[in-house]
Amino acid sequence: MSLARRIIPCLDVRDGQVVKGVRFRDHQVVGDIVELAARYRDAGADELVFYDITASPQQRSVDVSWVERVSAVLDIPFCVAGGIRSLATADTILRAGADKISINSPALQNPDLINQLADEFGRQCVVIGIDSILADGHWQLRHNTGDPEHMIDSQRLTLDWLVEVQQRGAGEIVLNCMDADGVRSGYDLVQLAAARKLCQVPLIASGGAGTREHFDQVFCQADVDGALAASVFHKAVLAIPELKQWLHQQGHSVRTLTPTTDSH
Amino acid sequence: MSASTKPLQVVIIDSGGYNIGSVMAALQRLRVQAVLSNDGATIEAASHVILPGVGHAATAMRKLKAAGLDRLIPALKQPVLGICLGLQLLYEHSAEGNTQCLGILPGAVSKLHGSTDLRTPHMGWNRLQWPAESALQQQLPNPAWMYFVHSYAAPINHCTVASVSHGVAFTALAQRDNFLAAQFHPERSAQAGAALFSHFLSL
Repeated sequence: MSLARRIIPCLDVRDGQVVKGVRFRDHQVVGDIVELAARYRDAGADELVFYDITASPQQRSVDVSWVERVSAVLDIPFCVAGGIRSLATADTILRAGADKISINSPALQNPDLINQLADEFGRQCVVIGIDSILADGHWQLRHNTGDPEHMIDSQRLTLDWLVEVQQRGAGEIVLNCMDADGVRSGYDLVQLAAARKLCQVPLIASGGAGTREHFDQVFCQADVDGALAASVFHKAVLAIPELKQWLHQQGHSVRTLTPTTDSH
Repeated sequence: MSASTKPLQVVIIDSGGYNIGSVMAALQRLRVQAVLSNDGATIEAASHVILPGVGHAATAMRKLKAAGLDRLIPALKQPVLGICLGLQLLYEHSAEGNTQCLGILPGAVSKLHGSTDLRTPHMGWNRLQWPAESALQQQLPNPAWMYFVHSYAAPINHCTVASVSHGVAFTALAQRDNFLAAQFHPERSAQAGAALFSHFLSL
C-alpha cells in the first residue's frame, strides 16, 4: 500500500481548551487549541481530531469560532467531533473549515443521520466514532462517553454497528477501544484486527498508545490506516518526528517531513 | 513572469464547495488575498483562476451551468487551477451522476472500487510519481507527499504530469495549456501543497 499510515493527535476540547482525562474521567487542561494545533502541525502530524467532549451530554453543539481559527493556521486536514446532530450543524462546521465531521452518540440515537450526512456532504466528510468496551465476552458500544454520569449502554454489538455505518455512508471509522484508553498499555490489537476484516473504508485506531512499538504493532497486526493518540503526545512521552523516523526505519510508509525551501 | 510585473488578482470560482475557506486561508499564508466569485466578468479579469471543489460532480456542473461558467471556463486564457472535484470537472465526463463535464482535459473520470485491502475513499497522504521529466517536479519537495480525499479518479494520459497509486494508478496532477489540475488538496498538503500554489501563482 502506498498511502502513508497516518499519525493523528487527538485534542479533547472542553470549554474552548484542550483537556485530557484517564479512562474518560478527571480532565486536566493541557493547553490552548490553536497553539497546540500549530505545534502538532509543525511536528509533522498528518491530521488532527478535535473532540468537544462536553457537547453530547449537554445536548449542545460545538462553538465554531475556534474551528475557523484552527482552519486558518492549519495546512493539514482536521476533523471536528462532538454534538453534531443535524445537517445544519455539520454544514456550519464544514463551512468554518473542518475537513471532516465525526459523529458518535447522535448516530446511535438516529442512524438515518449517517445517510443524510453522506448524501448531503459526500461520504468522505463523514467519520463515525465508535466507543467500544468488552462486556459479557462481547465488544459492545457505549455512547455519551464524554461524561460518565450520562453514559448509556446502547445494547448494540460493536462489529454489527461497524458494518451498518458503512452501509449507511460512513467514509471513515474511528474505533476507540475504551478498555485501553488513556492507560498507554497498547492498542487493542485483537479488536482492531477483527474490525479491520469488516471495514472497506479507512479505519483509525484509538485508545492505548504509550510507546513507539504500539504504533508499529497496530499498523502491522491490525493494518489500520491511522493511529490516533492523545496523552502520549500531549505529555511529550513521544515526539512525532522521532516516532515517524523510527516507523520509517521499521519499513512503514509514513509521511516524512521535508526540509522547507522557504528562507524567511 | 507576469507575476513580478503585474499585481496578482486571484479569483476563486464559487462552486459551493466546502474547501473554499481552506483554499483562501492557504493563499493568505502566501500573502495573497483571493476574491470569491461566480461572476463572468470578474473571473475573466483575474490574473489567476482557481476552481475548487468538494461535493458531487452533477451538483457542481449544475451550478456552473446556472452561472454560464460551463462555457466561460474553457475559454479562459490565464492560468487556471482545478482542485479535487475541480480537476474532475475539467475532464469530458464523470461517472459520478453520469455527468457531462467541461471537456478541457481528455478522458472520463471513473469510480474507485474499494475492498478491505483497498479502502475507499482514497483518503490520506500519498506520494506523487512522475512518469516523465517535469519542470513542476523541481518546484516541489522530494518526495512530494500530498493529501487526497476522493472516491472518483481520472485516467492517466498525455495530460498527466504526476500520478499516484492506490491499487490502480491515476492522475494526481494534470496540465494542458493554461489549465493545471490537482486531484489532491494543496490547501491541506503542508509545505508541498504551499509549493504547488507558489508555482501556480508564478505562472
